[in-house]
Amino acid sequence: MWEQIRGNRTKTMVLVAAMAGVLLGIGYAIGFLFFGSPIGGLFIALIIWGVMTLVAYFKGDNIFLSISRARKIERDDHPRLYNIVEEMKIASGLEYMPAIYIIDDPAMNAFATGRDPKKAAVAVTSGLLQKLNRDELQGVIGHEIAHVKNRDVLLMTMCGVLLGTIVMISYYMTHMMFWSSMSGGRRSSGGGGGPAMIVVLIVGIVLMILAPILARLIYYAISRKREYLADATSAQYTRYPEGLASALEKLAGSTVPLQSANQALAPMYITNPFRKKGKAASDLSSTHPPISERVRILRAMGGASFSDYNSAYNSVHKGGGSVMPATALAGSGLVGIRAASSESAIGEPSKLERSREVSDLMWKKSNYKMINCSCGTKLKVPPNIKKFTIKCPHCGTQHSV
Amino acid sequence: MAVVGIVIGAAVVLLVIGIVVTYNGLVRLRNQMQNAWSQIDVQLKRRHDLIPNLIETVKGYASHERGTLEAVTNARNMAQGAVGKGVGAQSKAEGALSGALMGLFAVAEAYPDLKANQNFLALQEELTSTENKIAFSRQFYNDSVLGYNNKTQMFPSNILANMFSFSEGEFFEIEVPKEREVPKVSF
Repeated sequence: MWEQIRGNRTKTMVLVAAMAGVLLGIGYAIGFLFFGSPIGGLFIALIIWGVMTLVAYFKGDNIFLSISRARKIERDDHPRLYNIVEEMKIASGLEYMPAIYIIDDPAMNAFATGRDPKKAAVAVTSGLLQKLNRDELQGVIGHEIAHVKNRDVLLMTMCGVLLGTIVMISYYMTHMMFWSSMSGGRRSSGGGGGPAMIVVLIVGIVLMILAPILARLIYYAISRKREYLADATSAQYTRYPEGLASALEKLAGSTVPLQSANQALAPMYITNPFRKKGKAASDLSSTHPPISERVRILRAMGGASFSDYNSAYNSVHKGGGSVMPATALAGSGLVGIRAASSESAIGEPSKLERSREVSDLMWKKSNYKMINCSCGTKLKVPPNIKKFTIKCPHCGTQHSV
Repeated sequence: MAVVGIVIGAAVVLLVIGIVVTYNGLVRLRNQMQNAWSQIDVQLKRRHDLIPNLIETVKGYASHERGTLEAVTNARNMAQGAVGKGVGAQSKAEGALSGALMGLFAVAEAYPDLKANQNFLALQEELTSTENKIAFSRQFYNDSVLGYNNKTQMFPSNILANMFSFSEGEFFEIEVPKEREVPKVSF
């Protein structure tokens, strides 16, 4: 169970190394083309990468949470969500309770941040909180906690920075190249032409155009792998793959786009926030595997272990090989699936009650004051009110603010 | 001669490193298992603490369900008494408590006023979740026991496990078969 982190690490390390190779290659090419010294180019690429990595490592989660306009909540704000996160924290064996954030957005999505499990945070949109029942929410939170536990957050942040650096450098360099060729084609690499020079030049230009594309494909490949693993881990934590499957189905059905999403941060979410409806299956240029496929795999599971997920993956893909790391499979025994907790069980709020609960929470988080009138109306008083009393619009009772 | 000495020396060093790594691995797994067990205890204690509150709330609406209420109180006292009496005794008592709670929530169905009570609903959420947390911490504990036991039984780590008497871990099974589920009732 704990080996999967290590087992997956080697495979992803190869991919990360490939991306770093692309970055170094482009740095080399730039140095060669513009500064007359390949080593200088390498140096520049490495410095940019280093600075961006440091910023992302130390400030990444704060930046991400503030870009998404996420608000932190406490236990009393939404006991059910807090309890579900705590349940998954226990199931995963995490030592620290992750912070919980809510994004006021009708779109359905969720993500996890935090460079290490001590500083983890999970964020869900209010739309998600309204539309999912307990089992479904548990599946989604399980998936996010799995990202934290498997160290995907750190990995994807670092890969994202690498990708960002490559895209940025090649973007500016192609522009510089265009500009310098316009102004007389003066190259600072010095020396005369010769056929060898021209070949090198062409290779450099091709590399600069291909590098961002190549880096993106590698990045997406890493991201998709981690999504499968997080799905499998969630099923193992909850012992209930159907919860996540039905949550994903609801997510697929919702057409509201996420307002605050950012292209570079797409792999952090549970489903791709930029997904277009009816997109082709097994698309190479996607951060996430197609939802329908993820649902089919989860539904085909005969048990809740990693090996069950693996065989379900194979049955969906007609023997597409192993998607789980071998070390994870070796340790997984027979794990049964539990029964659903019924939606109609007492204590489980209905869809309407959930919506009210969430909208009340969002009002409260915007510092609105709630007054319960005796006629059953709930008055929401804005924080900047000047009056001392307020009248209930239904029954006319005066309330003091 | 020198070559043979170097080979033997290297083999001894490797062996010592292997022993240290294996031993530390065993200790780490045992600590994790013990830590997982204390997590179950935290949740069980939380459940014990929530029950008197629940009994008080239910009493106000369904005072003549004395039998059910007493069954829960008794089961809770039994479970509290079983704390520290070994995994077997404790899991049995906790199973009985889960069963009694299920009975209480089934009875609560017949009282609409009780079901509308905010305090009752909050307690219901807490108990449902505590029940889940017990299940999840048990799940994690059992996974830890499995990992630890595998290590103590498999070659070559079993040699060290026997030498330093790493005893086998005990799984936490629950006696009531339906306990895994949240207490619920169908209409």
